[in-house]
Amino acid sequence: MMELINVNPILKHKGVGLLGKIKVFKSGLLTLIQDKGRKGYQQYGVPVSGVMDDFSYRIANVLVGNHEGEAVIESTLVGPGIEFLEEGVMAITGGNLSPEINGKPIPMWKSIFVKPGDRLNFKAIKTGCRSYIAFAGGIDVPKIMGSRATYTRGNIGGYEGRALKSGDMIHIGEADKPLRELVGNWIHQEIYSYSNTVEARVVPGPQEDAFTDEGIHTFYNSEYAVTNECDRMGYRLTGDKIQHQDGGDIISDGIAMGAIQIPGHGMPIIMMADRQTTGGYTKIANVIAVDLPKIAQAKPGDKIVFKKVSIEEAHSLLKEVEEKISNLKQQCISRKVIKTREFNLKINGKAYAVSVDEIKS
Amino acid sequence: MYNKTKYLIAGDRALVMEFGNCISEEINEKIRAMTIAIETKNIEGVVELVPTYRSLMVHYNPLIIEYTVLLTTLQALEEELENIELPAPQIIEIPTLYGGDYGPDIETVAQHNALTVEEVIQTHTSGEYLIYMLGFTPGFPYLGGMDKKIATPRLQSPRTKIKGGSVGIAGSQTGIYSIDSPGGWQLIGWTPVKLYDENAEKPILLKAGNYIKFKEIDEKEYKRIAPSINDGTYQCKSYPKAQGGGVIG
Repeated sequence: MMELINVNPILKHKGVGLLGKIKVFKSGLLTLIQDKGRKGYQQYGVPVSGVMDDFSYRIANVLVGNHEGEAVIESTLVGPGIEFLEEGVMAITGGNLSPEINGKPIPMWKSIFVKPGDRLNFKAIKTGCRSYIAFAGGIDVPKIMGSRATYTRGNIGGYEGRALKSGDMIHIGEADKPLRELVGNWIHQEIYSYSNTVEARVVPGPQEDAFTDEGIHTFYNSEYAVTNECDRMGYRLTGDKIQHQDGGDIISDGIAMGAIQIPGHGMPIIMMADRQTTGGYTKIANVIAVDLPKIAQAKPGDKIVFKKVSIEEAHSLLKEVEEKISNLKQQCISRKVIKTREFNLKINGKAYAVSVDEIKS
Repeated sequence: MYNKTKYLIAGDRALVMEFGNCISEEINEKIRAMTIAIETKNIEGVVELVPTYRSLMVHYNPLIIEYTVLLTTLQALEEELENIELPAPQIIEIPTLYGGDYGPDIETVAQHNALTVEEVIQTHTSGEYLIYMLGFTPGFPYLGGMDKKIATPRLQSPRTKIKGGSVGIAGSQTGIYSIDSPGGWQLIGWTPVKLYDENAEKPILLKAGNYIKFKEIDEKEYKRIAPSINDGTYQCKSYPKAQGGGVIG
């Protein structure tokens, strides 16, 4: 069996039960505490909210040994500045906003040890749109209606119902395992690539019959650009006008994540995490679950083309991705430290305490 | 109402049961029945139900329940609907202060309809209003059944901030702002009762399929109930709606 060597710094606290704290010193563009969203309250008019890119979110939690539903930080386009006040373990996934700690670039899709005083910063955006920062133990803010997700329009959840800003102090929960065992988890993420042209697979929407044949043909054979009006509520796209039979209005009904509304103006709007619970526009199609992360990582100027699949195909694709996620999870959980050796090294006159874990792969 | 309910795909994790293409009490009653039937059946993999004017959205987890299984289960349930005994919908009484600073547009409504302010209040409090659905903002009820005698067009220029609890009229609709928000409704009153309270055990007061009835209160009554509203112990009076009586107004 192959053995991997993983180098960890020596942790001051080795036991479970350490509660962490972080301080925001730079707000970033839109830095939000999110989890998998508020379920069960749509019938009361409360939007689901929660993360935009569910895949990156779940993997971030898996990497730091959390339950998949723990709250993380979602940062958009321009990342925040975060100072760690206690030692901890974190992982960053999703779009690459060039994360660095104390001025040095750090890898994404990997769990990393941080010590008090370490400062996380982000440079320029390289790929995608949103990064997810998970902390071992999760973010400890009160649950509102069963969720820690922030819904800024309604001032609900997260940290005081709003985006994080400089000066905010956030508590990190208790990790399930000693931090040492959580460091060095990494995956080679090849399920999603963040390209500037997204192929979004869709199933036909509940009002497909509200469009002319020509309108439907236009929708599936044109390229649409993401406009500046794209936020957590929805992405307005621009491109060839989609023709209705008889207008774009309907009696309001429910809206699923990824629903593609076509109002009277004929341009698509993809409804995302903060969408309102009901709406009165015709829905031509719905982006399938496994392709929603691609939309979540699209930014203004990116192009989207739509491809029709059947509901059966959508579900078998979903099962495939779920299997991949559960394999990745298994790898992280079963990663066991066989032997740990500790060294005291002196480099350039400075003393370093280093431990080397041999892990089973 | 359609002869045959439409089962519509709404993405790969939700389907819509569409019962008709208009807003009617008959359709709403069917939606309420179906919602109760699904909740009672407790189908594994059904995540969330969202009733709206003329349809019911069923959110599901396809990793737990296959689409075809869900579809046939729902169709079978729909067949059995007639055999299900439905509890009568509840009427929830909303204590409301009318006019003055609480309802600055009540005179506009009176003048528009050639009524006295008293007649506006009398008409508004006599109706039982069906809650078709909740939306727009958390806990906001879309109500049906207002008497056309007090219908009034929206304000020419909407207010930028309306206090949560404000009771208003827009065209032939009446409603209650559930939280502070901008809006163009003619404000006729205000209720101290919280339609949305994130810290309450039941954060949302109302539920689709039930009815509300406005009850006029005065300052004295408001002062009496204010402490229990503030500490979260106030309970709106509620009782089952008399069956077969139709909607007043």
